[in-house]
Amino acid sequence: MDQNLLTQIVFYFFAVLTVGSAAAVVFSRSLIRSAFALLFTFFGVAALYAFLGADFLAATQMVIYVGGILVLLLFGVMLTHKLYELNLKSETYQLLPAVVVVCGVFGVLVTFMMRTHWHSGGQSPAVPTTAAIGELLMRDYVLPFEAASILLLIALIGAAMIVRRKSE
Amino acid sequence: MIGLSHYLVISAALFSLGMMGVLTRKNAVNVLMGVELILNSANINLVAFSRFSAGNLSGQIFAIFIIVVAAAEAAVGLAIVLSMYRIIKTINLDQADTLKG
Repeated sequence: MDQNLLTQIVFYFFAVLTVGSAAAVVFSRSLIRSAFALLFTFFGVAALYAFLGADFLAATQMVIYVGGILVLLLFGVMLTHKLYELNLKSETYQLLPAVVVVCGVFGVLVTFMMRTHWHSGGQSPAVPTTAAIGELLMRDYVLPFEAASILLLIALIGAAMIVRRKSE
Repeated sequence: MIGLSHYLVISAALFSLGMMGVLTRKNAVNVLMGVELILNSANINLVAFSRFSAGNLSGQIFAIFIIVVAAAEAAVGLAIVLSMYRIIKTINLDQADTLKG
């Protein structure tokens, strides 16, 4: 019982961390602050994966999102602003319609999630998933796996082609 | 006890916040951040359903593919933003109106 309470406290801590820092990403005036708030969101999501017994995905989330995508986004911020200006503000527009639409979407989503009776097959015990995921990727999902690798290669080459300066 | 609905509500909140970011921010990099939030919310949903369906790992496999697509999207998106900055000297989306969209 005591451990149950502790689990809940830690869960709610990470839930609040995730949603709160996501709100900071969206509402912060400064681009750099948004980017660093995004770091905490990714941390929180990785912790939620760990709560769900997805240890491999939690590690993947840390490595790819925090180590890769976030650094890429920071490069994007740095390369598209003159750093001396300190003018890293991001303006907003269409605020009122967006609030209406987003609140509507959130309301509809939560209503349907609460009303639907999900057929739960019971909670699985938290066992290490890495070996099972590797086996599935190499057996049942080998075609999507290869397609994803080709997609990554194409995206990489395409990104390099797009940003390359034209040789004069 | 923490059930499926807790995770679903968190994911709905993340999705809404990401959508808010996509709709309201002028800065293209900030819009990309919103898209990342949306993809993360989908991932939480998939992993939660995977967990609460008696250890069926298909949801986690899908989440891995989503992470792959997110990485590709971030790379190509930032490449487009950089070349846009080079051409029109700004990444504010309301000033990128060459196509009269």
